[in-house]
Amino acid sequence: MKNRLVVTSGIAVMILSTATFAGPREDLLAQYAAAANARGFSAVRGQALHTQSFSGGKPDTPSCTTCHGKDTRGPGRAPSGKTIEPLAVSVTPTRYTDPAKVEKWFKRNCTEVLGRECTPQEKGDWLTFVITQ
Amino acid sequence: MRIPHRPLAIGLVTLAFSALILARAQAGDRHFFSPVADPLVKEECGGCHLAFPPSMLPARSWQRMMGELDNHFGDNASLDPATAEKIRSYLIANAGDAAGQRYSSKLLKGVVAGAAPQRITQLPKWVSEHRKVPEWEWRHKDVRSKANCVACHTAAEQGYYEE
Ligand code: HEC
Ligand code: HEC
Ligand code: HEC
Repeated sequence: MKNRLVVTSGIAVMILSTATFAGPREDLLAQYAAAANARGFSAVRGQALHTQSFSGGKPDTPSCTTCHGKDTRGPGRAPSGKTIEPLAVSVTPTRYTDPAKVEKWFKRNCTEVLGRECTPQEKGDWLTFVITQ
Repeated sequence: MRIPHRPLAIGLVTLAFSALILARAQAGDRHFFSPVADPLVKEECGGCHLAFPPSMLPARSWQRMMGELDNHFGDNASLDPATAEKIRSYLIANAGDAAGQRYSSKLLKGVVAGAAPQRITQLPKWVSEHRKVPEWEWRHKDVRSKANCVACHTAAEQGYYEE
């Protein structure tokens, strides 16, 4: 009886703490981690993906930085000339809070740049990079 | 004797001022195209470029464009069918040839009946309005594309396309 109570309150505390600390960004990362077999994410790998030039996608958009700019804290620019808000969460706090939006743009932009969709590992790395910017 | 003059003067100035504002607002109306009011359309059609006012193209244009989003000027702008359908109805209901769109009919002047132009920037009227814009200006690093209306019409997001 006493043991049951300890276990139950333990679970309650765990649920409460996830409810307090996990936002949509953390949920997304957890989702990518599950799909990527939890190798762990790295901001350094994320940055490499962000700045690397690929040849598999469209020739005029070889890199994420083509549109988003080299500085994650500064604005980017779409090919049509429209300004894109900075990617860094420290500058644009509303970023990556709508999972459907994040997924939609990963799909579009990875295809555009790499010529294929990004893997959960790549998405997790990239997200870790911009969240810590 | 002097005292009554002041309220009268103030009244006249106020009147002249509001007439001026009224005149400006009316002049502005000629270049006004209601911006997209629907948050969904703004979000989905305003990420890569300005969410263009639906009144700038006829309904047939939007109908065709919404059916070819997977090849949208070389980009894949696909949406899930339910979202696409909502956006399509909004664009068509507010299209340039829908009832009550007085000013945009001017922009649509010269469009061949039944045609479904896909570019605002290729409408005959748009081309003639911009014929005086020099070539170097289109290529300027802050413009880049004719579709970047905001670069020159700074209040385009609010619907105003003045010089
Ligand atoms: C062709 C231009 C372009 C390229 C190249 C590009 N992006 Fe984007 N990206 C955009 C636009 C436009 C948006 C939507 C506007 C916005 O969110 O401010 C966006 C949004 C995003 C978002 C959603 C942000 C949010 O707030 O939810 C993610 C994630 C993203 N991009 C990742 C990438 C990655 C990763 C790369 C490189 C593999 C990349 N992008 C390359 C144009 C581009
Ligand atoms: C993934 C990016 C992307 C998204 C999302 C997008 N567009 Fe576009 N759109 C483009 C590009 C690229 C062009 C060509 C721009 C240029 O020539 O500079 C374009 C051009 C246009 C033009 C013609 C502009 C001209 O030259 O007159 C219209 C109209 C248009 N888009 C409407 C829409 C509508 C409606 C939606 C929402 C359903 C939408 N776009 C969503 C990328 C996008
Ligand atoms: C390079 C700068 C530039 C860009 C980009 C540009 N315009 Fe213009 N636009 C002008 C100038 C300059 C005029 C005035 C032309 C004149 O009076 O000779 C004008 C005039 C107009 C007018 C007529 C307004 C009136 O006086 O009745 C409309 C409507 C308009 N533009 C819409 C657009 C739209 C829509 C776009 C984007 C798809 C766009 N413009 C992009 C420079 C630009």
